[in-house]
Amino acid sequence: MLTNFANKNVFDSDVEQVALRSGFGEGLLEAGKNDDRIVGICADLLKSTKMHLFANEFPERFIETGIMEQHMASLASGMAAMGKIPFISSYSMFNPGRNWEQIRTTICYNDVPVKVVGSHAGVSVGPDGGSHQAIEDIAIMRPIPNLDIIVPADATEAKKATLAIAKTDKPAYLRLAREKTPLVTNEDTPFKIGRAYSVWESENPRVAIIAVGPMVYQALLSAKALEDSGVKTVVLNSHTIKPLDEETILKYIKNTELVVSAETHQITGGLGGAIAELLAKNMPKKMIFIGVQDRFGQSGTPEELMREYGLDSKTITSKIVTALDE
Amino acid sequence: MITDEKIKKLQTIAKDVRVDIINMLVEAGSGHTAGSLGMADVFTFLYFHILRHKPDDPQWEDRDRLILSNGHIAPVLYAVMARAGYFPLEELQTLRKFHSRLQGHPHKGYLPGIETSSGPLGSGLSQALGMALAEDMINPYSDKFFYCLLGDGELNEGQNWEAFMHAGKERIHNLIAIIDRNDIQIDGYTHDVMPLEPLKEKFESFGWHTQEVNGHSFEDLDQAINLAKNVNDMPSVIIAITVPGRGVKEFERKPEWHGKAPTKEEGEMAISELTAN
Repeated sequence: MLTNFANKNVFDSDVEQVALRSGFGEGLLEAGKNDDRIVGICADLLKSTKMHLFANEFPERFIETGIMEQHMASLASGMAAMGKIPFISSYSMFNPGRNWEQIRTTICYNDVPVKVVGSHAGVSVGPDGGSHQAIEDIAIMRPIPNLDIIVPADATEAKKATLAIAKTDKPAYLRLAREKTPLVTNEDTPFKIGRAYSVWESENPRVAIIAVGPMVYQALLSAKALEDSGVKTVVLNSHTIKPLDEETILKYIKNTELVVSAETHQITGGLGGAIAELLAKNMPKKMIFIGVQDRFGQSGTPEELMREYGLDSKTITSKIVTALDE
Repeated sequence: MITDEKIKKLQTIAKDVRVDIINMLVEAGSGHTAGSLGMADVFTFLYFHILRHKPDDPQWEDRDRLILSNGHIAPVLYAVMARAGYFPLEELQTLRKFHSRLQGHPHKGYLPGIETSSGPLGSGLSQALGMALAEDMINPYSDKFFYCLLGDGELNEGQNWEAFMHAGKERIHNLIAIIDRNDIQIDGYTHDVMPLEPLKEKFESFGWHTQEVNGHSFEDLDQAINLAKNVNDMPSVIIAITVPGRGVKEFERKPEWHGKAPTKEEGEMAISELTAN
């Protein structure tokens, strides 16, 4: 059943849906009000990334770089060296897709508090097609030292995550999906960097589903369907991929038979990879990976693409049932 | 105006810096010789005549900022910093060694006084502009200057032109870029590898106040910096024409000396030439 950390209306057919970037936009505005060191920098995608809420309120703390993602990252590094806390925003495909080395060297190697915000991550960009669907970004960011990686599950959590990373003195990557996403958490759900929590728990679960981003919703739908057919599960929202909450994850999977990772990302190098590394070291278990299977995206509606790439709740459910039968 | 007496003093320091560079590179067994020797005059001039800084208080808030974009010429930066009093001269011999503060390319976490970690080319000017813009937000009447040193081969990197374009847009007056125009890079002469000319016109068209000077003349450098500091509403770039390997005839103007260190024998030869008169 749903835990107190879940939105209790999450299974309603008219569950409220909000784009994650809206949560980021509101969070940045609030962070800007709290702390005048916060600076916004954008590479020609001001409204798309919802940074305009901040830019309109604090024009003197906003910089438009035009379509210069590499320059934007290093510019932010320089500002951070002078005591600012810059948020740099674009689509994930370009930020961190285009400017990886600048993030790695000028931000993370220098260990300055620049916050990299990538929106439109995953296949959910939909009609724009595979060129714009960032499904490799977590894999390229995970190996970089000093960097926190956060993938909020919904707009409410995106806002909390934005406020949380605004307060740290470290680099961070905030990964946001484009489409409207059902609210799976509630206002009271605590958010702490590096701390996973359960949104669904049944007694003596056979399966642990560990999900991030919009996949937390799909995992919940799957957990409910499985419960109805007698399979007990636990669903964790592991919003922080780095540092991974090893303690909580190990605690929850200890007595399960099957561990499932779920993300809108290639199965190589993402959340699933991080969990597999954790399990291999501490508690080897049978595992299945829900994610994109070494393919590029394509045009389509988000729903069509979720189905095509096996990211919808029905596919998750059937894969789990099959794996338990093996 | 810089006095003759000051010029003599700077010449003496620059000679010592060149000897330091040779000694460091011989001891390290690897590193970049030509650019380090070629920029010895510019770095000596900046650290001993221009920069507002406190070597015994590297984090002093009111200091000017010097950002080295082409981090591979770290030996010249370390040598002038040691000579200026940031750390003991003996430490120069630890260059590129395990646990040394003098990393092969500068790292700000290892050595106080380094403003940013550099090495991968093309990102220094963006950072310098970011620092200048941040300062402008904090104190619009600031009298700090932000100096960014870049190599000419480095200008192949597209990110530089993003930064030149953006700085032109911002009309930021306290940003001064200095280009080491030595015409060499790893694969050969820059005019063969990837021609840059007309360089002055490129910078001018990007909205920069542009000067071209002899990078070994303290009078020229002094005149150029003073002019650059007094330009309003525009960033400034100084193209410093230098001789790579300057001071050691064997090393001068030869691309093969871009990225290697002298052997012990070559080092002795170089030092005897540098200290001959």
